[in-house]
Amino acid sequence: MRIGVVTFPGSLDDVDAQRAVRVAGGDPVALWHGDHDLQGVDAVVLPGGFSYGDYLRCGAIARFAPVMSEVVDAAHHGLPVLGICNGFQILCESHLLPGALVRNDHQRFVCRDQRLRIEDATSAWTGSYAAGQEIVVPLKNGEGGYVADEATLDALEGEGHVVARYLGGNPNGSLRDIAGIRNAAGNVVGLMPHPEHAVEDLCGPGTDGLGFFTSALRALVG
Amino acid sequence: MTAAPEQTRVLDTVEHATQTPDREQPWAELGLKADEYEEIRRILGRRPTGAELAMYSVMWSEHCSYKSSKVHLRKFGQLPQETPLGKTLAGIGENAGVIDVGQGWAVTFKVESHNHPSYVEPYQGAATGVGGIVRDILAMGARPVAVMDPLRFGPLDAPDTARVLPGIVAGVGGYGNCLGLPNIGGEVVFDDTYLGNPLVNALCVGVLRHEDLHLAHASGAGNQVVLYGARTGGDGIGGVSVLASETFSEDGPAKRPSVQVGDPFMEKLLIECTLELFAAGVVAGIQDLGGAGLSCATSELASAGDGGMHVELSTVPLRDSSLSPEEILMSESQERMMAVVEPARLEAFMAVCGKWDVEAVVVGEVTDGDHLVIDWHGETVVDVPPRSVAHDGPTYERPYARPEWQDALQADTTAALARPSGADELRATLLDVVASPNQADKSWVTDQYDRYVRGNTVLAQPEGAGVVRIDEETHLGVSVATDCNGRFAKLDPYAGAVLALVESYRNVAASGALPLAVTDCLNFGSPEDPAVMWQFERATQGLFDGCRALGIPVTGGNVSLYNQTGETAILPTPVVGVLGVIDDVRTRLRGGFAADGRTVLLLGDTRDELDGSAWSDVAHGHLGGVPPVVDLDAEQALARLLVRSAREALVETAQDLSDGGLGVALAEAVIKHGTGVTVSLDDVAGDPFVALLSESTARAIVTVTPEQAPAFRAAAEAEGVPVRELGTTGGDALDVTGSFSVGADELRTRWAATLPAVLDA
Repeated sequence: MRIGVVTFPGSLDDVDAQRAVRVAGGDPVALWHGDHDLQGVDAVVLPGGFSYGDYLRCGAIARFAPVMSEVVDAAHHGLPVLGICNGFQILCESHLLPGALVRNDHQRFVCRDQRLRIEDATSAWTGSYAAGQEIVVPLKNGEGGYVADEATLDALEGEGHVVARYLGGNPNGSLRDIAGIRNAAGNVVGLMPHPEHAVEDLCGPGTDGLGFFTSALRALVG
Repeated sequence: MTAAPEQTRVLDTVEHATQTPDREQPWAELGLKADEYEEIRRILGRRPTGAELAMYSVMWSEHCSYKSSKVHLRKFGQLPQETPLGKTLAGIGENAGVIDVGQGWAVTFKVESHNHPSYVEPYQGAATGVGGIVRDILAMGARPVAVMDPLRFGPLDAPDTARVLPGIVAGVGGYGNCLGLPNIGGEVVFDDTYLGNPLVNALCVGVLRHEDLHLAHASGAGNQVVLYGARTGGDGIGGVSVLASETFSEDGPAKRPSVQVGDPFMEKLLIECTLELFAAGVVAGIQDLGGAGLSCATSELASAGDGGMHVELSTVPLRDSSLSPEEILMSESQERMMAVVEPARLEAFMAVCGKWDVEAVVVGEVTDGDHLVIDWHGETVVDVPPRSVAHDGPTYERPYARPEWQDALQADTTAALARPSGADELRATLLDVVASPNQADKSWVTDQYDRYVRGNTVLAQPEGAGVVRIDEETHLGVSVATDCNGRFAKLDPYAGAVLALVESYRNVAASGALPLAVTDCLNFGSPEDPAVMWQFERATQGLFDGCRALGIPVTGGNVSLYNQTGETAILPTPVVGVLGVIDDVRTRLRGGFAADGRTVLLLGDTRDELDGSAWSDVAHGHLGGVPPVVDLDAEQALARLLVRSAREALVETAQDLSDGGLGVALAEAVIKHGTGVTVSLDDVAGDPFVALLSESTARAIVTVTPEQAPAFRAAAEAEGVPVRELGTTGGDALDVTGSFSVGADELRTRWAATLPAVLDA
């Protein structure tokens, strides 16, 4: 299974996402922001970082990158797409997911090992988990506060589209402790924490993050 | 300074300078001394042009020329340029030292200061400090893989600390995080003397294959000189605007900010672009632009090559079209690099820059002459021997003398200070030390740094050393620590430097890595004060002697002087970074009690050494006496034992002892996982207070499983390292038999509360 990882100028966790795909048993494929080409991959990860410096709204410029028109089209046709951190911001800016991510309520960048509860195990990226399962993965963001209007939040909750929630303290002011959401079809997931930094015991707080990547591989096989 | 109207548009060309030999020049305003100005005139055989004067003034400044420190730094060049693994691949004099770490891999690392800019503008000063050191590493052909930031501030509760600390921390984080480099450690230290003189030191580690080493030079007549990266603007110009206002008063910008502004996104592009240029084999020579900007890059590249260089300054892409040639030469705009490229490879070079949207322009070429010639719209404004600018700056033998107060300081020992009597007082004292700003939890700071990016961080804060994996197949990695106890250095600058070295060395060994090389950042007060110069001379001698004894070279570093307000200099602060190699990062050692039922062993001897200690500071606000005795043989034996213990899995955890002694180490070990310990201190020292709070050197604590214990004890005996059994892990408290008990929760609460209580107030 080939999973593409897009590199935008300013992407930082692209190498990590590629490693996570490899550790999970997939073949990572490097995709370039400037190409109108997904190279026939079976799924796409939009990695963390500061695309184009994020000097405007985070993700606001990346959404106009040439490769994004292909990503958006393919996502509408069911391609599994995971946006992590900056990737989540790009998915919101691209209107593949509702809501937005704003500056942390405490105004500081935060990097810590974060407890999460997987709320929905039906998406393309969370099928390896059990609903209600608690995991620990790194969180690191300056603009990770998830916001949406009340109606949207109610709809996300009501339809089971919240995929992960913060436990043990809200790290960034996200409304309703939301750490990640999915679209109605379940193929597009946005996540503020970084599962790709928790795929090896040696270089992270454990291997709890690997499930996101094995989920996609399993969904593709299934 | 105002100029006569008829002068405002006269370009001060070499020809003009020759015709107007008696023209007054603002050399004093630019920080040059009368004899330095005369020396420039002698070198050129005429008065310098305004542009030349600007170049010499900045390149001959203390910061660039090391004119006060050079005579004392030369000794580091006499150390064998050899690590325990063999010859260094590049040493002092290059942008950064490069050492062989085996398996065809090389590592480059260096620490630099950005103290003064960070006081003036904390966020940008700190941010561009990170950016500058990263470009130094990049210019060696290495991929930057980690940063560390030793920081020092005035008292935690001082109003000015509230101004500078959050900005500096946000700047370090804002730049490093956006660059995608994990921050794997460093220091946060508070002391009265840093009030008004915060220290922002930045260290970067880079890795490369042996064959990819690139040294800065410009050779081969006809080769193109390419400036790439950010455009040049008016930031970071400082004193040189004196010149601009003299010659361009009507058109030129009146006032320039002297602190540079960073753009980490551009730096990230510059990293990826430059590494791709190296990989494509299209770089003949390269130099980063840092302090002194184009003046430095052109003169250093040209003087390191075998020819001259010709530059047309009007081709430099500008952010501000009103900049004068002097300002363009002086600008310290960030995120710029200069490369020398063979004409046949220029197209390929430009294509890579285009891919990364990095602007690149040919600004000149290597010539077969021996001068650096710089034109402005075709008229020559600089014509100098490049070495005279880059390397032949003045050297001062500043007077130095042991200050009169040193004897009195050393005589004022802690012997007369009240020590805690009884279990309750000892308990309270330990908690006070653990909760003091210098020993307390630093996660308020370090949680603002990304320590995970790139996925190779094996150890980061709060461990004593940071470890990054450099080869995912073979598990090869490097370990880096930085340390300095300025209080010890004040009591005895020679010993203080050695103590900084051995603490850093010990931290690296305690992570399981073999120490290989040293980088230093020597932060001191004014070199014009003989007492400060004495501290500096003593510290460099101590570092030299220590490195020689330990068999590790100093591969590079940086000096920051004039860190003082009025008559008060900072504590002498020779920050020492040690880098080690670990063949298999999976064997790395961590601190903290991880499981119940483990035997806790103290390695090394404990003496009654409380002068300069954390206790004397916290309990009495006292600084006097003499620092702990250094035993370099004991340090080496301890390091050998720790490295072997990692390789052979003889211990489960390891942690070095330093500030706050055994008491703070035990507290940290309990806090980490909430696993308690019951210890007996009878064998450590007669007095439990001394056992807990003495800061004797060459010590560490390890935990062993029952299975590991015999083999570890045998190894310790073979290395001649004294071992004392302290007790066994278990429970949820630090329990000192016969004295007191303090719960892990109480320890954690006190330890964690200190910084947030002030910084979130």
